[in-house]
Amino acid sequence: MVLTNARFSLRRFWAMICKEFLQMRRDRITFAMLLGIPVMQMVLFGYAINSDPRHLPTAILSADNSVFSRRIVAAMQSSSYFDLVRTVDSEAEAKRVIDNGEVQFVLSIPQQFSSKLVRGKQPALLLTADATDPAATSSALSAFRYFAAEALAGEFRGPLSYLQRQGAPLQVIVHPRFNPEANTRYNIVPGLIGVVLTMTLVIITSLAMTRERERGTMENLLSTPVRPLEVMLGKIIPYIIVGYLQMGFVLLAAHFLFEVPLSGNVLLLLVVSLLFIVANLGVGLTFSTLARKQLQAVQMAIFFFLPSILLSGFMFPFRGMPRWAQWIGEMLPLTHYLRIVRGILLKGNGLAEILPNLWPIALFLLVSLSIGLKRFRKTID
Amino acid sequence: MNNSAPVIEVEGISKIFSGKTVVNRLSLQVERGEIFGFLGPNGSGKTTFLRMLCGLLRPDAGGGRCLGYDLLSEVEKIRSRIGYMAQHFSLYDDLSVRENLDFMARIYAVPKRRQVVAETIEQMGLEPFAGQLAGTLSGGWKQRLALAACLLHQPELLLLDEPTAGVDPMARRDFWEQVYALTAQGISALISTHYMDEAERCNRVAYLAYGDLLTAGTAEEVVSRSGLSTWAASGLDIQELAARLKGVPGIELTIPFGNNLHICGTDSGQLEQSLRPFMSDERFRWQKQETGLEEVFISLMNRQARGGDGSH
Ligand SMILES: Nc1ncnc2c1ncn2[C@@H]1O[C@H](COP(=O)(O)OP(=O)(O)OP(=O)(O)O)[C@@H](O)[C@H]1O
Ligand SMILES: [Mg+2]
Repeated sequence: MVLTNARFSLRRFWAMICKEFLQMRRDRITFAMLLGIPVMQMVLFGYAINSDPRHLPTAILSADNSVFSRRIVAAMQSSSYFDLVRTVDSEAEAKRVIDNGEVQFVLSIPQQFSSKLVRGKQPALLLTADATDPAATSSALSAFRYFAAEALAGEFRGPLSYLQRQGAPLQVIVHPRFNPEANTRYNIVPGLIGVVLTMTLVIITSLAMTRERERGTMENLLSTPVRPLEVMLGKIIPYIIVGYLQMGFVLLAAHFLFEVPLSGNVLLLLVVSLLFIVANLGVGLTFSTLARKQLQAVQMAIFFFLPSILLSGFMFPFRGMPRWAQWIGEMLPLTHYLRIVRGILLKGNGLAEILPNLWPIALFLLVSLSIGLKRFRKTID
Repeated sequence: MNNSAPVIEVEGISKIFSGKTVVNRLSLQVERGEIFGFLGPNGSGKTTFLRMLCGLLRPDAGGGRCLGYDLLSEVEKIRSRIGYMAQHFSLYDDLSVRENLDFMARIYAVPKRRQVVAETIEQMGLEPFAGQLAGTLSGGWKQRLALAACLLHQPELLLLDEPTAGVDPMARRDFWEQVYALTAQGISALISTHYMDEAERCNRVAYLAYGDLLTAGTAEEVVSRSGLSTWAASGLDIQELAARLKGVPGIELTIPFGNNLHICGTDSGQLEQSLRPFMSDERFRWQKQETGLEEVFISLMNRQARGGDGSH
């Protein structure tokens, strides 16, 4: 019999894919789960979960250098809601730092703020907020109105004491960007794409391989010329397709059921999602090499899924979490993927803006897939 | 490759699982066209040895050749030329008979796949079940499907791990006819089994106990090398006889077969002398008998358990 000694055979690879699809079709319950999970999640997370995050990164765009503006900035700095992380010099720069998620707020102090203030003309302060997650910004906003006025009151002494009697010395204009109606569904529903993908793909891939071992079919498979990479890719690719189906499903539901405006480039989202999908499959694969039984595989998948859903900024605003939780969150692919999904769908981000969140996913993918492959090679032995 | 070279040729092969030696410096040769029987008690390392031959496990020591390819470095070449049937059914329960065979044929890149699969289904008498899920077949039919699956790519060597366990006598006979037909075409087979009648159907047998190869050769060689002589006593109260014979010098072991008691010893003179007083017992008929493989294997195991050296 003629056999090429090629390291990778497309034929065997194709045989694996066909087999996986056949088995997927037979396994009605799993198949129903694959489509049922997105539906269930959509229903469950129609609600919002509130919280009171602090230390939100803020930038200052100041066109007025006076004792009053300095006083407001100082008050902001001493409040626990805002962390002044930088100053910006132009409107364009202000837009950029908000678009790429570097800050949550930009406080713009207009020209002649102090002179208008002194003349009692009630000048306006503009607070631009990244309101994709309204839960994260609402309490900070109401706090700001209060202490800005409070801070100035301290300055209205001596010759300026007449300003105290005038009522509100200034106006605060809030400009919530991306989600002007503070609709939490806008934030939750796109995030569901990431949650659904993490949940199903990690569980399903960790099961797929463990099942071969538990049922003893691995022994037969490995006594044939099939190569580890062929087995692995043969198992992964059908689930990539499943991942995209789920994604399409959530996107359609988001648009037609929940009326989330899909302002961004959906094609870009589909492309970068591949990284995220494969990163999750890598995790599932690694688990499948560790688990002896299918039950163990599921337990491990849940072990990964829980921090992902709790610490990624899906359930609670990321910036509201304690520092250590944020550290863990930063290591999870879902955290970065959520920022990308929300960035693209709600803010209309392009590739440049999502790049800071793209490379951590790529890194995670590299690590998880190579551990998976390495461990898989070992179990064959 | 050289046609007279042995198909399996291993030297000092060992496998150790977490400190426990499961296969102990085993050396073995299997010739082309031969049916080689592999026997031994449960847990003696038969499956482990077969797994090492098809590259599922790496030997911890020793090495050798299978079909002329090195066991350690040419595993790929070996895998595409052997047909391995695992002890437990290891095809997919949730695929139909035809789908399973089709999958295996694709994996082995069998030319004219559809035709080969259809022919195999017909030859193995699997037509009535072709569309049935493999998981719903009865045990014997699963074994048959598993055998069919490892014949698709026309392997040169069959490694069959207890292929007839739980199979009815008719199906076992069919199975052996099939194996004979295959070996007539020059295919070799290494078959592990617990059935003595099957051991006797093999050209040569090897007996493994707790990792050690105790003996190997044709059935006659194995029997004559054991030096055992056997007497049979038939009657109704053989249990009581067996109890009385315990500890009598020259009697190595007694094995009941229905209404027969086989009594063996290595020193035929002393055996006869020790049995003489019992022969006057009217209840039993006494007869000298050919020693069978079963007696040899049991005595080998006893000796190994007692002496622990297994030297023979
Ligand atoms: N993967 C493994 N890890 C640890 N121990 C193992 C492993 N595989 C087999 N063993 C041990 O090796 C010994 C030999 O097992 P093996 O399956 O080779 O025996 P066998 O001769 O095939 O027995 P049987 O007749 O019951 O099939 C057993 O004691 C078994 O527990
Ligand atoms: Mg066995």
